[in-house]
Amino acid sequence: MQGEVFEALKGLAPTLGGEGAQIADLQRLSGGASMETWAFAVVGGRGREELILRRRSAPFDPEAARSVSLEVEAALITAASAVGAPVAPLVHLARPQDGLGEAHITRRISGETLGRKIVSDPRFEAVRPGLARQCGAILAQIHSATPPAGLKSVDALEELARYEEVYRNSGAERPILELAFQHLKKHAPPPRPAVLLHGDFRNGNLMVDPEQGVAAVLDWELSHLGDPAEDLGWICVNSWRFGRSDRPVGGFGEYRDLLDGYVAAGGEEIPLSRVLYWQALGSLKWGVMCLMMYASYANGTEVSVERPMIGRRVSETEIDLVTLLENGL
Amino acid sequence: MIDHPRAEELLDAVAGWIDGVRSELNPRDAFLARVAANALSVVRRELVQGAAAEAAATQRLSALLGRDGSVAELNADLCTRLREGAMDRDTPGLLAALKANIVEQIAIDQPNYAPEPGRPA
Repeated sequence: MQGEVFEALKGLAPTLGGEGAQIADLQRLSGGASMETWAFAVVGGRGREELILRRRSAPFDPEAARSVSLEVEAALITAASAVGAPVAPLVHLARPQDGLGEAHITRRISGETLGRKIVSDPRFEAVRPGLARQCGAILAQIHSATPPAGLKSVDALEELARYEEVYRNSGAERPILELAFQHLKKHAPPPRPAVLLHGDFRNGNLMVDPEQGVAAVLDWELSHLGDPAEDLGWICVNSWRFGRSDRPVGGFGEYRDLLDGYVAAGGEEIPLSRVLYWQALGSLKWGVMCLMMYASYANGTEVSVERPMIGRRVSETEIDLVTLLENGL
Repeated sequence: MIDHPRAEELLDAVAGWIDGVRSELNPRDAFLARVAANALSVVRRELVQGAAAEAAATQRLSALLGRDGSVAELNADLCTRLREGAMDRDTPGLLAALKANIVEQIAIDQPNYAPEPGRPA
């Protein structure tokens, strides 16, 4: 596969780096079953530029998928960049003649994405106190952007219905998840006009630089339209605090800073209770996803030791949900 | 009691072996070896604490529901009552029983997990 990708990139080198440019240091970074990420450099008359290729390796069904196509992802990156949100800028959207299939190329932004390092490594001490406020400001920017065509719109009750169906089909009977479904359905906040959401805005999808803080927001594939409090609540889910449950925003900051940063950057006032509602819905979603990952092992689709162990993470979402309910959710 | 060795000792031996070979593995297998060692730790804690946790959970659910049954039957019954609205967050004793059960479950699954902080009373 490496050879095939290298040949295609070689053909693109003049487009990326000018006449005579060369491709160097191609390396696969990660890949799930359907998506590949590659790092490489293009070296030409303008010097060396570090780039990232994202490429879909399995056929994409836009009707069935929760994620967007890479073409829409490219449009999202451009839309977010237009309103000033930090992103890895789009360099090239693959055309059929490029031989890469469905793919795009962005600049490579340096920094750290590992949540545990961001919350605990001394290198990030200087920027850490400002991250929650910065995240609020970035979300206000994203929520003000003009959405590209083709995004789905989802409100709280639709999201709950989708996950409740998955949960029912799993056959699991977990009282805390059941209570959370019923409680969140009964207490859904009043609907409001949908805005562009990132959809997976959490510690782990943020490229953090030890000097400037959040340098880029990554992984736009779950973007959709919905309640702004969905994005604000998702980054507060305790499963993304990496052991620092005392710092509710991503394990690095406070609710107040997140919401103040949001308003200061032009976002509307959002009550904390609405953020907590979506935080709980986020824990519930993650709990159901963990159940599903276990199910993919139990039914023989996946054989790795990783899948069944993720099933033992359902209880983390349950203890968080019952605590949120005790706290008055 | 089956011993010489006990089940926990067998687990410890395998966990120790995994630890010993981890540094020689490629990054993906080294990661999976760590997951495998964690899986053995879960099994070990479940062997030691599981029976008492299940007995305590059964007792709490019985008291809450006013009936007997296995923990699976009681959980299923509780789920039905919650789904049908016969019980909800404000049902006396519900949250306390669920909290006590899940605290014992997480002590087996992920004893180092730092849960959502409770609101100071």
